[in-house]
Parts: sequence; C-alpha cells; structure tokens
Amino acid sequence: MPLITYRDALNQALREEMQRDPKVFLLGEEVGVYQGAYKVSRGLLQEFGDRRVIDTPITEEGFTGVGIGAAMVGLRPVIEMMTWNFSMLAMDQIINSAAKMLYMSGGQFRIPIVLRGPGGAAHQLAAQHSQSLESWYAHVPGLKVVAPSTPYDAKGLLKAAIRDDDPVIFFEGETLYGSKGEVPDGDYVVPIGVADVKREGTDVTIVAWSKMVSVALKAADTLAAEGISCEIIDPRTLRPLDQAPIIASVQKTNRCVVVEEGWEYSGIGAQLACLIHRDAFGDLDAPVTRVTGADVPMPYAKNLEHLATPSPARVVEAVKHVLYMD
Amino acid sequence: MDRPATLSKDAHVELLRKMLLGRRFEERCAEMYALQKIGGFCHLAIGQEAVSVGAMSTLEPDDYIFCSYRDHVHAIVKGSDPGRVMAELFGRDTGLSHGKGGSMHLFDADHGMLGGHAIVGAHIPLATGVAFAAKYESRPQVVLCFFGEAAVNIGAFHESLNMAALWKLPCIYIVENNRYGMGTSIERASAIYDVAQRACAYDMASETVDGMDVLAVRESVSRAVTLARRESKPTLIEARCYRFMGHSMSDPVHGHYRTKEEVEEQKLKDPVRRYFQQLSSQGIIDQAGLEQLNAEVRTIVDTAVEFADASPEPPASALYEDVYSEPYGPYTRSQP
Ligand SMILES: Cc1ncc(C[n+]2csc(CCOP(=O)(O)OP(=O)(O)O)c2C)c(N)n1
Ligand SMILES: [Mg+2]
Repeated sequence: MPLITYRDALNQALREEMQRDPKVFLLGEEVGVYQGAYKVSRGLLQEFGDRRVIDTPITEEGFTGVGIGAAMVGLRPVIEMMTWNFSMLAMDQIINSAAKMLYMSGGQFRIPIVLRGPGGAAHQLAAQHSQSLESWYAHVPGLKVVAPSTPYDAKGLLKAAIRDDDPVIFFEGETLYGSKGEVPDGDYVVPIGVADVKREGTDVTIVAWSKMVSVALKAADTLAAEGISCEIIDPRTLRPLDQAPIIASVQKTNRCVVVEEGWEYSGIGAQLACLIHRDAFGDLDAPVTRVTGADVPMPYAKNLEHLATPSPARVVEAVKHVLYMD
Repeated sequence: MDRPATLSKDAHVELLRKMLLGRRFEERCAEMYALQKIGGFCHLAIGQEAVSVGAMSTLEPDDYIFCSYRDHVHAIVKGSDPGRVMAELFGRDTGLSHGKGGSMHLFDADHGMLGGHAIVGAHIPLATGVAFAAKYESRPQVVLCFFGEAAVNIGAFHESLNMAALWKLPCIYIVENNRYGMGTSIERASAIYDVAQRACAYDMASETVDGMDVLAVRESVSRAVTLARRESKPTLIEARCYRFMGHSMSDPVHGHYRTKEEVEEQKLKDPVRRYFQQLSSQGIIDQAGLEQLNAEVRTIVDTAVEFADASPEPPASALYEDVYSEPYGPYTRSQP
C-alpha cells in the first residue's frame, strides 16, 4: 500500500468524491487559487474549475449558511473552515440551521453537508488559534462529529462523511497533516460511528482520538518497556459514539484513561466516564481518569504551551495512577 | 422596464381572494391562540398581506421562498394546505412539520416553502445558498427571501448580499419594513432610514415600494424576478408596510412604543380594503362579490380548524424520529 500523508489522503478523498458525484463541491476561504491554507485542496481548482472549487470572502456565517441552503435542495457541499477556531462565527448556522432543519421540518429537509478543517493546537499559535472544540459540536443532536487520527481513517471517513445525508463536523488534526500512513489507492469507506483498536493490550484501556492517539501510542511504548500493556481505542467518531468496543475493553482491563486535547470541564471525557460508569461499573478497579488540556486559554510561551497540552509523560502518569503504582 | 403581464379580471380577483384568505386565516389564529389551541410564539402578518401575496404572484410553482417566523400567510400563498398549516400551529401530527416546527417553522418541500426561520436574519444566507444551487445546476429557478427591516442590521444580511452580488445569484431579498422590530422603531435601530440604500454597498439593484399596494409590490418584484431569471442578478426590495397587531400574540397592539392613533391611521390604508376599492371602482368586483369571496375563504378556514382539531397529536415514538436521516441509534442515546 502506498505511504502518503494525512493531507494527501484527505485530498484523494475530496478528488475521488468530486469525480464520483457532480453534486459535491468545495467552498471556503483560500481553497482554490491559493490551493488551501493547509494545501488539502491542492490541484482541485485545476481539475474541477471554479464552479466546483469556490473561493469565498472571509464570511464564515455567510458561506456556512450558503452551504446549508444548497444542501437543502440536494447539493452535497464540503465547506472548509480555514481552522475550526473561526467556526464560532458560523455557530448559529451550524446549530440552529444545519443540526435542526430535518427535525423542525418534520423530516422534509436533509442537510448533507460536511464542514471540515483543522482543529487543536499547533505550535505556539496562542489562545485564539489553539483549541479543540469537539465537545461543543458533539453536544448537539443532529450533528455527527468525526476526528480521524491516521491517513487511512482520514480518507475513508471523509468519503463516508461526504456520502452521509446528515451534517458532519469533520475535525482534522492541524499537526497531523504531514504525518504518513498506508492508504490504498481508490475507493474505500470507513463508516461513521465505528471505533478502531489502535493497539491491543490487557492492563489498561486508553481512549484517545485525533492527535491524542499518537500521544497515547508513545506512552504505551514507554509503559510496555516497564511491562505494562495498554489497549488504545480510537472512537474516530465522537457522535454517534461506538460504545460497545470501549465497554468491552474496560471489562477486559478494568481500568480506563481518557486522553483529550480539549478542556476537561464538560469535555468528551466526562461523557465517556459517565458511559463507562453506567455500563461497566462493576468491572472497574479504579476511577476513570482523564488527561486533558489545562483549564486555561492556550499560552504562547513554549514551556507554558507544553504544560497546557496532554503529553506522553502525563499519560504514563495517569496509567500508573489507575494501576495504583504512583 | 419590464412590467408584469396585465392581469385578467379573474387574476385580480384571485389576488384579492388570497389576501382575504390570509387575513381570515390569521384572525382565526388569534382566536385559536386565545383558546390555547395554539401555543408558543405566534406572529401575525395582519396588515402586511400585500407584500407576500404581491411578491409571490410573480413566481413559477417551482421557485422557492424563505421567510421569518411571521410565516403563515406566506406558506398558504405559496400553496400549502391551510388545514396542514393550522394543524402545525395546533402541534398535530398532520401538520406540515408533523407538529415539530410550530408557528415559526412552517416548511413545505412540495411547494418550495423552505421555511419559517426564527433566528432573525439567519435564513438570509440559506436563501442565498439555494440561489447558489439553482445557478450551480443551471436551473432557471429564483428564490424570494422575506425578512423584517430589523434583520438588515444583522451580519448575515450583509454577508449574504455581498456574496449574492459577487457571485450573481438569482436571489431577491424582500424587506417587509413594518417600521418596528418588536418595540424598536427603525429610526432607533438603523443609522440609515432608506433600507433600499443598503444595496449600494454591494452594487446591487434595489427598489422601494409601497407595501400596502399589492399591485405595486407585484410590479416591483416582477422586475426583480426578470433580472434574476435573465441575468442571474439579485435585487433588494424594501416594501413599506405596517403590522396592525402586536409583534406576537403575547403583545398588545401598540404598547409603549407606538400610539393607538398611529395604528388607527395606518389601518385606513388596509391593503385588503384598498385593493377591493380599486377593483370595485374598475367594475371588476362588487360588494356582493366580496361577500361571496369572504364566504369562500371562511369555509376554507373553518375546514382547516376542524381538520386540525380532529387530528391526533404526534405519537410519543416521533420524539426521536428525524433527528438524523437514519434511525436515531442507541449510540446517541445515553439513558439506560
Ligand atoms: C438573532 C435574534 N435576536 C433576537 C431575536 C428576538 N426577536 C424576534 S423577532 C424580533 C424583531 C424582529 O423584527 P423585524 O426583523 O423587523 O421583523 P418583524 O417582527 O417586524 O416582522 C426580535 C428582536 C431573534 N429571534 N433572533
Ligand atoms: Mg419589523
């Protein structure tokens, strides 16, 4: 299988879906002439023309609404958020229009839209450009929320998202674009709502998604050297959540650590802890423990940024904590 | 300038009939609200019928409309069954949205009614997107987007007009300028009084029209529809009208923000009466004809209320339906 970047995997998904279905188009800031702020849309303007690869003004609420309107009458828009940080300007459209349209119209208007772009912290981008908003969107019924961690998952899930009849919030990892992995040429789909075991193990279950999978894998390597075996589960989709493999894993390991790049308070990890508490209470040998971003706006200084972000060392610590080894 | 084709006598009477149907329907809504058959917020367009009726008289059946929460008359004029509209207001399963939308969220896919939307101005980008889709697929459809004058101060309005002008989209933005956004007059909310002038910022065609005159609205919108269909260009139309009732059913007719005298003075320009007088002076209809029309629309409204009242509430199983296109799965349900 060819080894390609996460960025190119997304690019392949977009290209193949646009070739497959003339109703699919890409719209957002700098997606065309500039070839994408992160070059995910490289070459698409040249291949599909400016009818289907559309550069917009800086007008997040406006172009998100345009996409939702186009979806109401049967097009399948892919809307690029230059980064998810700017999506707050489009929050009203995403929640009040996209998520609720099908329900409040009594099933008459589907919104087959994908809103995609990079999320999470990169390197020293400071408070307004470094945040993980998964839990904001996962809170809302009517939305689906996807956050792939590998090039393979990125391509397969983006294809699934484009073919899905409901609004999909697609978080790409800003620092994952250059990471490489095996990706088959041509068509395949990773279904929405299906988790994946990224590493099998017996002592502790670690749940992590997007960039945090690689943090968890590094921690697991360190722990393996000390004889501790970690199972890493990547939900891949945060809503709908594939609960069964998480519960099954916890029933096997009796311990769970959730690694979440976003803030702890009201985070996805809280939801996971609640589910595990409900469905595997009797199996737990330790409380579910969370490793999350610090409860502060992201600082600029390198050392402070590092302190605010989940690291392999902190995951190692948490795993030892649930094993009562600290 | 393009003028709409001269109307036949029958077509005039049909316009009057639609205005009367809207008026009688909403008078009945007020009664049903008082009887608590209708709940929530309920906004009536009594006094403003000339705008929706005149504007939509220029459309083909497969054209689209969007409007605000003040949407009952719009839905009915676009072709929705009055019984299903009333059933929606009653929160019944037979309603347009199976009782899940209510007064502010009337949708009718079969008639190009793309909704009643209740966040001020938020449907303006949606309408722009539907116009984008029509152009993308080279379909000759146009979109009428109705909203109040208070919505022109919201960002979504400006973002939409900019894109529509930039990309040449067949969208017609119709401002139902009834002078007030709830209790705030346009003078207290907008730095510029002439709403139509806002189009200058986007190099967009614009018109100001007497929104109490159904034929004037028809002419103005007709020009815009021609521009949209032939040249795929948007227009901003300001229709100056007046609402005779309170902002919603929970508000008094005038309250602190306008005087009883002002309302009474505006009522002298009642668009329904005015159009009738115009038609009767031309010998198109007489008092007996008007009474016959009124009897006809009253029967429609009576039937609508009977239908709504006899309809069942949505079943409890509907609660989790239509959250997603596929069945709402156990993965999203966290109750045991
Ligand atoms: C974004 C937003 N802010 C506030 C409200 C509450 N609200 C509902 S209607 C309204 C007044 C709108 O006036 P206008 O746009 O002129 O329409 P009209 O009611 O006169 O038809 C307000 C403030 C809302 N629905 N949405
Ligand atoms: Mg108003």
